[in-house]
Amino acid sequence: MAERDPSTLHARDLTVVLGGVRALDGLDLTLEPGLRTVVLGANGAGKSVLLRTLHGLIRPARGEVTWSRPTRQAMVFQRPVMLRRSAFANITYALAVNGVPEPERTRRAAAALARVGLAAIASRPARVLSGGEQQRLALARAWALEPDYLFLDEPTASLDPGATAEIERVIASFAAEGTRIVMTTHNLGQARRLADEIVFIHAGRATERTAADLFFDHPASREAGLFLQGELPWK
Amino acid sequence: MLEIFASLGLALGLIGGADPTLLGIVVLSIELSLVAAVAGAAIGLPLGALIAVGRFPGRRSLIVLLNALLGLPSVVVGLVVYLLLSRAGPLGTLGILFTPAAIVVAQTLLVAPIVAALARQTAEDAWKDYEEQLTSLGVSRLRAVPTILWDARFSLLTVVLAGFGRAASEVGAVMIVGGNIDGVTRVMTTAIALETSKGDLPLALALGLVLIAVVLAVNAGAYAIREWSARHHG
Repeated sequence: MAERDPSTLHARDLTVVLGGVRALDGLDLTLEPGLRTVVLGANGAGKSVLLRTLHGLIRPARGEVTWSRPTRQAMVFQRPVMLRRSAFANITYALAVNGVPEPERTRRAAAALARVGLAAIASRPARVLSGGEQQRLALARAWALEPDYLFLDEPTASLDPGATAEIERVIASFAAEGTRIVMTTHNLGQARRLADEIVFIHAGRATERTAADLFFDHPASREAGLFLQGELPWK
Repeated sequence: MLEIFASLGLALGLIGGADPTLLGIVVLSIELSLVAAVAGAAIGLPLGALIAVGRFPGRRSLIVLLNALLGLPSVVVGLVVYLLLSRAGPLGTLGILFTPAAIVVAQTLLVAPIVAALARQTAEDAWKDYEEQLTSLGVSRLRAVPTILWDARFSLLTVVLAGFGRAASEVGAVMIVGGNIDGVTRVMTTAIALETSKGDLPLALALGLVLIAVVLAVNAGAYAIREWSARHHG
């Protein structure tokens, strides 16, 4: 894949109100190129809302998200939504919508399926694939769009350990090729394995952004410290 | 009681012997209802999906109106189509009153709102599941309409068949605009009404049995397709 210019993301004063609740409350965040970011936080802290807002699915009531240059983005959800057609056609659909012409479309879709190890089941209906296969297909579909930024919202939350390891391997390889990874997880082991930096969210604000190797032993914010104590009580 | 059994016997004889009068009426009925179902689907499916996915002023009122049209009295539809197509009416120059074409027009007007209302519900449920993912992929709402129609195709087939059922079992409107002319616009329902009033119970019963069989077969087919699609497409 072609080298890409890095893009920096700035989120300023992001405030999102959902159903009368402040899901994000004046959140500031900068994401620099070349890192893998994992967003951590308790349930309801605003992790998913943050990713959706950065990706543009939720319009903030206040504040804005800006990119240092035009940036292609894609998102993978906890539960992948597959169209009622073949695995292959799910990818060519996304490419067609984004104006990728034939024969480039077919070439890219085939490459994307091979990339996640699904080449053999290209013609199978996507909806009858296993949960792990569907999530790999979702990753392939996102990857085929050649995103600079890839948002992943708890991509392995509903998968078994084997499928989870497979997904982590794919995410790591995307990152190694230069795709900027921003993901949420409840799995601290996964956060350790995949993160270069941790963004910790509490009550709709980012309390810290810390290098991953520091975060787990020396979190900078009190909220993150309490969270880690709760999650890892033996420490 | 005996008379009914005798009529039933004669009716079964008509069906078994493929009586030409009976056959002609059945074939015409099914043909016209099929055309009306297809026309009603061509109007109702995109309309329903557009209302499901779209965001525009007056959307709620439109949904209420659409649901109200489900209970549209067919005799009134017949009357309106009659007035439109009658010689003095705005579409009188077409000269299609008391022809099969007029029946199709009336049936289509009855089928389209049913298909649209049911398709809206189906498409709206699908859109709830798809909205985030499709928006993330860069799909506009307008572009999502054909996507959703195709993805819900198995459920929507049932909707179209429901429309066919309505068209095939319609009496009032068809009687008014078709005129129940023997060999031209006489369909199963109007023939049943006529033969019953004339006292020719065997033909009426035979037609009734065929009509029920057709509706049953259509529903069984729809059920089989849904079962198959659930197994093969998830």
